[in-house]
Amino acid sequence: MPIILKCHKGIGPAVTGMALVAEDNFSARYDLDRIKGVFSRPAHKLAGKSYVDRILVLVTAKGGVASAWMLREMAERGMAPKAIIFERTNTILAQGAAFAGMALVDRFEDGCPIELIRNGDELLIEPDRGQVTILNRDA
Amino acid sequence: MKLTDEESAMLAGEQGPAHQWAIQHQVAVGDFFDAADFVPVAQAHIMADTESLGLSGVKWLEGLTAQPARERRLRVPTITDPRGLDMASYKRLKQTDGMADLEARASAAFEALGVLMTNTCINYQTVLPPTRGEHLAMGDTGVVIYSNSVQGARSNFEGGPSALAAGLTGRTPRYGFHLDAHRIGTRHFRVDHQPRDLADWGALGGIVGQATNSYWEVPVVSGIERAINSDELKHFGAALASFGSVAMFHMPGVTPEAHTLAAAFGSAIAPAADRVVKSDFDAFFGKYAAPGDKVDVVVFAAPQLSIIELQQLAGLLDGRKVADGTTLIAATSPENKFAADRMGLTARIEAANGVVAAGICFYQSYAREMAEANGWQRLLTNSAKLVNIIAGYGYQPSLASMEACVDSAVAGRIV
Repeated sequence: MPIILKCHKGIGPAVTGMALVAEDNFSARYDLDRIKGVFSRPAHKLAGKSYVDRILVLVTAKGGVASAWMLREMAERGMAPKAIIFERTNTILAQGAAFAGMALVDRFEDGCPIELIRNGDELLIEPDRGQVTILNRDA
Repeated sequence: MKLTDEESAMLAGEQGPAHQWAIQHQVAVGDFFDAADFVPVAQAHIMADTESLGLSGVKWLEGLTAQPARERRLRVPTITDPRGLDMASYKRLKQTDGMADLEARASAAFEALGVLMTNTCINYQTVLPPTRGEHLAMGDTGVVIYSNSVQGARSNFEGGPSALAAGLTGRTPRYGFHLDAHRIGTRHFRVDHQPRDLADWGALGGIVGQATNSYWEVPVVSGIERAINSDELKHFGAALASFGSVAMFHMPGVTPEAHTLAAAFGSAIAPAADRVVKSDFDAFFGKYAAPGDKVDVVVFAAPQLSIIELQQLAGLLDGRKVADGTTLIAATSPENKFAADRMGLTARIEAANGVVAAGICFYQSYAREMAEANGWQRLLTNSAKLVNIIAGYGYQPSLASMEACVDSAVAGRIV
């Protein structure tokens, strides 16, 4: 029986993918080299790691309204994360996910997602149902 | 969300595909944040530099302009944040003709939509200052935090697509800082070391922002012992928003929704304060310190400079020259640039080999490509917001007062 995590109704389509988890925050402008597809801010806990096609699991979105355009631009080049999970997002990343058609969920019932989800977990995100399933682990 | 007949008609496509896209986007965002309905807005402000738009974003904008004019009519005055480059100075900064071409296409598309190309992140100082109780759809986190906190207006952080949607529909989903409940103080900080200059005010914003670290928290900052001017509040708010994703603060006795400490907390007793002391400032500056290092580029921006800051900078540069191998850039709004030209400030800064750029804010201007083309690594600035942003673009940032930045620019190394 896979592990099912309930969250607030999210944005974007249902997707599956591999989790990339860190106790850190997210801004497409501050944190990423969007050409190479890696986290580039030296102080970020995922510095040097590729985010392409991964499901990012992070604490919150940080300043920088540019991310709202950038998610769509990255997705069109095939250099975007597959989805983003936050403990709680700010408005920009929610707006950006809506514009990009990217899955984004937050506000989990059972606590902080960075504690519930492990790096490398296979996830199914269903934003319409407000649900994330950890496919590779049993409850 | 509860929709009016007009909103339902827009959603059904009766006012054309541009308005339909706009309200569909807004309903998706409103549902996500549990908005009950829409609220009319007085202005929209679009962050849409070409670095973040990319070719795909520019093409998307051009697609909007292809719609019949009445079907893409903006319903409220809609203005712009800084652009990706300044046509007058991009060659000196080694930005490319390709970037300039994309910028021209984006600007043409916005102009075709009826957007006013103000190209500024200090519209609250230079265009039409927000007023208390006005609902707005402002892009640029620094604009939002200033509008909410200092002017008592009401806006969320609105990314470019959402701000454009608000311009098209004349409304925005009623959530977040449009609601009284979200505007009450949640954290208390007491300042025991008084900031002296703009870099200090930015550092204070950074310190409080790092401790707050949430869009949904409203820090209350007490202990400020004097009246604060608009540039000081600008640097404080911009850094607070940048480091903490914070969209509103109260400063009892200064900001309009907090005439007392109790009022800042919704007439409740203030919680115990976290103290901000001198060692917090020392540690903040210390993280970026690099004494003696060669300095490649000295930047005054983020936010754009007021005419008063430009005057201060011109005064510090009078009779001096920026060192060979160091570039000094000051970024301001187009209107302030015209004023600086007229008042002779631009000529004084340029006489010292400085660059006064209009309508950009440096970090939104292909910062990585500029660094690579110019061989820049060490960046010195008096903007705490900029040191937070720019490391991700491959720079090594340092923070100092405007005076120390100018002394370093002249020496070619951090003094």
